[in-house]
Amino acid sequence: MEGAHDIPREDILLEASGIDKIFPGVHALKRVNFTLRRGEVHSLMGENGAGKSTLVKCLTGVYGIDGGIIKYLGREIRPESPQHAISIGISSVYQEVNLCPNLSVAENIFAGRQPMRGPFVDWRSLEERAGKVLERFDISIDVRRSLDSYSIAIQQMIAIARALDISARVLILDEPTSSLDKLEVEKLFRIVRSLRDDGMGIIFITHFLDQVYEISDRITVLRNGELVGSYRTEDLPKIDLVTKMVGKDFDELSSVSRVRAGEARDVIISLEEVSAYQSVENVSLEMRRGEVLGFAGLLGSGRTETANLMFGIEHNSSGAIKLRGTAVKLSSPKDAIRNRIAFCPEDRKRDGVIGELSVRENIVLALQARLGIFKYRTLRQQNELADRYIKLLGIATPDAEKKLGDLSGGNQQKVILARWLATEPEVMLLDEPTRGIDVGAKAEIMKLTLDLCREGMAIAFISSELDEIVRISNRVIVMRDRTKIGEMEEDGLDQESILRAIAGGVAV
Amino acid sequence: MSGLARRMTSSKLFSSLLALFVILLFNVFLNPGFLSITIVNGHLFGQLIDILNRSVPVMILAIGMTLVIATGGTDLSCGALLALAGAVSISLIRGSSTILNADTAMPFPAVIVITLAVTGLCGLWNGFLVAKLGIQPIVATLIFMTAGRGMAQLITGARNLTTNYAPYSVIGQGWLLLLPVPIFIAAGVFLIVWYFARRTAFGLFVEAVGVNPSAARYSGINSGLVIMIVYTVSGLCAGVSGLIYASGIMCADANNAGLNYELDAILATVLGGTSMTGGRFYLGGSVIGALIIMALTKSIYAFDVAPESALVVKAFVVVIVVLIQSPFFKARLASSRVRRGPGEIKNSGAGEAS
Repeated sequence: MEGAHDIPREDILLEASGIDKIFPGVHALKRVNFTLRRGEVHSLMGENGAGKSTLVKCLTGVYGIDGGIIKYLGREIRPESPQHAISIGISSVYQEVNLCPNLSVAENIFAGRQPMRGPFVDWRSLEERAGKVLERFDISIDVRRSLDSYSIAIQQMIAIARALDISARVLILDEPTSSLDKLEVEKLFRIVRSLRDDGMGIIFITHFLDQVYEISDRITVLRNGELVGSYRTEDLPKIDLVTKMVGKDFDELSSVSRVRAGEARDVIISLEEVSAYQSVENVSLEMRRGEVLGFAGLLGSGRTETANLMFGIEHNSSGAIKLRGTAVKLSSPKDAIRNRIAFCPEDRKRDGVIGELSVRENIVLALQARLGIFKYRTLRQQNELADRYIKLLGIATPDAEKKLGDLSGGNQQKVILARWLATEPEVMLLDEPTRGIDVGAKAEIMKLTLDLCREGMAIAFISSELDEIVRISNRVIVMRDRTKIGEMEEDGLDQESILRAIAGGVAV
Repeated sequence: MSGLARRMTSSKLFSSLLALFVILLFNVFLNPGFLSITIVNGHLFGQLIDILNRSVPVMILAIGMTLVIATGGTDLSCGALLALAGAVSISLIRGSSTILNADTAMPFPAVIVITLAVTGLCGLWNGFLVAKLGIQPIVATLIFMTAGRGMAQLITGARNLTTNYAPYSVIGQGWLLLLPVPIFIAAGVFLIVWYFARRTAFGLFVEAVGVNPSAARYSGINSGLVIMIVYTVSGLCAGVSGLIYASGIMCADANNAGLNYELDAILATVLGGTSMTGGRFYLGGSVIGALIIMALTKSIYAFDVAPESALVVKAFVVVIVVLIQSPFFKARLASSRVRRGPGEIKNSGAGEAS
């Protein structure tokens, strides 16, 4: 561990010392110190709720601080708003793309500081400059089209481009890679490195450990709002980092391994040569009781679409979906729920979390939807249900009446899981259940998955993290280009062969 | 006790109740007779009763509007549907008769059922446009906001249709147990809607759809159905309100009945604490909101404010109330409470208890 004192002063870009932040009932940051130097990529690590985002929001003026000093280039600053922070020289890009989807790409990049010609916006120069900015990212797109006509990955790049164009000294990237594929991440890292070489200080927050080690020069670890320490990346082996993050010897993820499936495993749901318009082609699969079926494949390979078909969100144009051998028509999620199918969607924020409602209401929602309007559970029944799952899943919330939007990502995911468990499903479709949550919660979610599997549930586990799939799946379906290209049994299951299948399309 | 005090002040209803209280207090100071209530011929008379009675049409609209706004929508058509209800009911009572008479051409219950069916169907149509065709609520309900009055004019032949049918007058002018009948109707509508919303899962579904329609759908809620129901309820509320309004003047005025009431209903809902972005809704708050609007209107006239500047005064008060409810002021209030520390809150709580 090293302190700020052994760094030459002129190298320090941003220095926060003794930062305190108190929310009603929560001491979110306790005298945290953080130092960012010129020309470094500095990863901020910690579990959900450790205070990473809070620290960043204090640095960028989203929150005011309740104690401590922030210095920028040696001068004390008090950013009052993100705009103010930007004008000082601290730009940030958050996990969620905070742009206007209905404006053009160029407008998004320059919103608020458009080049003017007299009283009018100079559109030509605006578009030219936007094109130039994006060239740096190797993105050649029509900057006049609206933002929402591009993928989330491109939108994320545009958000970063916007932050970069404001000539900032400090760039904060909060989970910038969670929606990017490997190539895009590489592209992003190239840009980050070149910015670093230009002398910019970059604060990087991610839950991908590999990326931390790939890009960062230093790592600062927070836990429960307190500083654990700052380290040079080469001095901190991965296992030590994880240990410091969770605060105990950590071998949880490595202890997660698949449940040996018994002999007699009856098929609950099966797809037979199912195709859907502009979605998937000719997918056949079987999901069995007490078995985890892994779905591997790149983004857009048809994994989510297959799950959507089994949950009545998309509809098949040919082929058959069979439940215990009988063909069914799942025309809406409601139908699927009635047939004891549950689905944790990939985009938790958009399709799962109802942020303004309480944890209790979020948990009872699907059960209540299945029961219908008139079989309303009494408040007491709801509280019992909520309390049971809060305890069972270890959801960290002061009480069941807390707004779900106020919980951390991992706890939100657990609440969504609780929502589905309350419906007592037989088939559980988990689409990227561990995305955007920290290592500790990841292990918990995976263990929970295995518990459910042991109880006889049929589970589909869709994940971009092959490591996770290999650990817990009994069988793995490999998808590419909207169709199933292979299926592997648990014996001899390893990341290599899955990768080979994805890359080469060789059925194994 | 401090817990109760804090719960009370942080309650959504508290700020709207406070606003109502302040306006009433203001009236008491400037008009000593304001609180007096007398019994004449077994009827209660007084300013307070009058405010209660006259706020009923907007109040009922606001109850329907609250559910619509909770889903993230708006119903601009309810004022026009109110006028339509008057036109339908009185034209049914008059039948083909061209002269004013005291009889009805159709059994009275049928008149009411058909009237409500018409406005309910109009509401259902609004809901269909919003839920199934994906039209933005303001645009979808704008259709009936203009067409509703047009239909009313077609029905009345562009005249102010009047009637002398006595049972009809009971709805808007009758008395029951010391109080005007409209107050009972409003209470009934409130109780039915409240029961439907809060003693069944419907309210939960409405709020879920209003906060995050996509997540609601993934949870198995039929959002389309929920949306169609709330617009239908709003249409029905407009029907009830229209019957009360037309019965109050025994006349169907297609042009002026309920003019701009939809805006008052939206205002009442917002004053009551329901956010225009959808989600949490407060039916009781909307009722108080309607009372605030009427109390305000009454006091403005009572102080001899010139009619042309009355709207300015109203706007001014509304701005203040809305500001008090804004997240900015709420945050300020909360932080000042934290700064004062729990000790003092306890004291103030004890003070209230003593």
